[in-house]
Amino acid sequence: MEAFLHQIFSGLAAGGIYASVALALVMIYTATHHINFAQGEMAMFATFIGWALIEWGGLNFWVAFLLTIVIAFCGGFAIERIVLRPLHDKPVLSIIIAFIGLLVIFNALAGWIFGFTIKAFPSPFPTSPPFGNRFLNWHEIGTVGITVVVLLLLFAFFRLTPLGLAMRAAAFNPESARLVGIRVGLMLALGWGLAAAIGSVAGMLVAHVVYLDPNMMAGILLYGFASALLGGIDNPGGAVVGGFIVGVAENVLGAYVIGTELKLSVALVLIIGVLLVKPAGLFGRRIVTRV
Amino acid sequence: MKGVKYLSSAVALAAAALVIAPAWAQKKYDTGATDTEIVFGHTGPYSGPASAYGTIGKAIQAYVNKINDEGGVNGRKLKMISYDDGYSPPKIVEQVRRLVEQDEVLFLFNTLGTPTNTAIHKYVNAKKVPHLFVATGATKWGDPKRFPWTMGWQPNYQTEGKIYAAYILENKPNAKIGILYQNDDYGKDYLKGFKDGLGSAGQKLIVKELSYEVTDPTIDSQIIELKGSGADTFFNITTPKFAAQAIRKAGDIEWKPLHFLNNVSASVGSVLTPAGLDKSVGIITAIYAKDPTDPQWANDQAYKDWSAWMDKYYPDGDKKDTFNVFGYNVSYTLVAMLKQAGDNLTRENIMKQAASLKNLNVPMLLPGINVNTSPTDFYPIEQEQLAKFNGKVFELFGKVYGE
Repeated sequence: MEAFLHQIFSGLAAGGIYASVALALVMIYTATHHINFAQGEMAMFATFIGWALIEWGGLNFWVAFLLTIVIAFCGGFAIERIVLRPLHDKPVLSIIIAFIGLLVIFNALAGWIFGFTIKAFPSPFPTSPPFGNRFLNWHEIGTVGITVVVLLLLFAFFRLTPLGLAMRAAAFNPESARLVGIRVGLMLALGWGLAAAIGSVAGMLVAHVVYLDPNMMAGILLYGFASALLGGIDNPGGAVVGGFIVGVAENVLGAYVIGTELKLSVALVLIIGVLLVKPAGLFGRRIVTRV
Repeated sequence: MKGVKYLSSAVALAAAALVIAPAWAQKKYDTGATDTEIVFGHTGPYSGPASAYGTIGKAIQAYVNKINDEGGVNGRKLKMISYDDGYSPPKIVEQVRRLVEQDEVLFLFNTLGTPTNTAIHKYVNAKKVPHLFVATGATKWGDPKRFPWTMGWQPNYQTEGKIYAAYILENKPNAKIGILYQNDDYGKDYLKGFKDGLGSAGQKLIVKELSYEVTDPTIDSQIIELKGSGADTFFNITTPKFAAQAIRKAGDIEWKPLHFLNNVSASVGSVLTPAGLDKSVGIITAIYAKDPTDPQWANDQAYKDWSAWMDKYYPDGDKKDTFNVFGYNVSYTLVAMLKQAGDNLTRENIMKQAASLKNLNVPMLLPGINVNTSPTDFYPIEQEQLAKFNGKVFELFGKVYGE
């Protein structure tokens, strides 16, 4: 029983990680209607910047944390302006190729600058076991907490602010948005900036658990995709719930049902299963387009 | 007249024999070898995910420079042609073909990586190019019957697995063993050696055996399961990132088994430090070379020579990095083999000499560990000693295992 509880909680902790990555994917999808394959590598690179600020710059964790988010935002904004803007009216395949190019570039760049040996990333949370339990540590609780905070901020931003509304409009129907005076290009770039910022938060939370190296996000991004799709690719709340479901399911199935060798397949089966059976995901909106 | 004719042909034959015979006795070359030079090929990951190993190639070049400064091997300078393979199987195929067919090297030396060497294994054996002292611990490099042109160097994974098994049988015969292994050739190689070493006792001793994939984000779930199985001994067959995760997670959930960590990840700087030195105390591993950071070698002549060589020939290199010891040791083995080959620098003789190294003492290997090969034994190093981490360094203890 104790081992079972342990598996559940460790699954929830992993789920928090997947959820934060899924949030970044949802963010960029909501803002641009694209799925960014370079999301993981951008987050990884931002995390290296955070690491450098702490280790080389000697900054306090939270200062570095906030600074990294700002840098990531500017970086995401710049990438949209420089790389994706010229592809604006090109077929979707060109854009996907650009995403894959970005993935390779960031991966190689990180290795070249920071090296491939793993690095310990500090955690801002205390190391003592919280409330005397051994199932979760403060970092895991903190990860879940920060993910929920990011989720609430996102929700508020999209639902309650005019800028959020403008961004949704720009993604949903660029033509009409432009006609009512929204600067669509700027909105897309803002969306990229926000997604990169959320990704950097995810990266900095993940890095403490899985250690920082240029290939850190490869496996995680796959689980992030599964979570985002399960919850609904356009629903931030759904993505977070999807993350927790994937994390727990993966642990429990791996330990008691299918064995560790097939754990990764769970994510892949989920992706294909959701796309086949319920493409909108558990909480996503079904979109009907008039042709 | 007839007699004269016979006589003259006999003289001609004798003269021809006189001209050829000394050449046989003196010098014999295949492509890549001349009176002044021996050209050999190398590939390594100077870029890509495994580029931490790239320093080995640079160390080999630095050792070649030292040998050439001292006059070369039997009067011939060594020329190393080294290409970047990025640890990528398709890339190494391209680079090795270039080395063999375009650069026409005499032999290949210390090409690095298990997947990469696997990609060229058949090609070099079909071409009959010596493929020597490859930098990987897989067991398959010592198969002279099927692959007579390929030879490993470092102790292979199965040998190491057997050493841990021997120690457990001797010192903890009632152990309850939990195993975590990477689900690929490397992990299974260790696992096989370990199980072979335990023999029939293994069935009873191993209580849990779990795997993970390199794509798994974490292995927390597996560590929890191992603890839950009641194991009091842990054989940790993981690559650096997962080794660090395993050590930390075991510490976090207060699982304190007798912990055997494979040599692949037994690095204080890149594994134990990120995992937490306090959580790493007591970890046991098997080693065969002198660790340059271990203070017990500070006054050892071999260490001093190595250190002086690093200062002079590879000043950019990291003196804490054991890969630079690896490059030095494997190059030392190469030079000893080439000296032994003398002036007969054919590919066949190179292979023959590589397979007849007897009790070769390589200075930066641990005392008591020697290089030995024979036509049926293509495993140059088959001995290791156990070492326990004391919070700062791995401390050697006990006897030298292996034959």
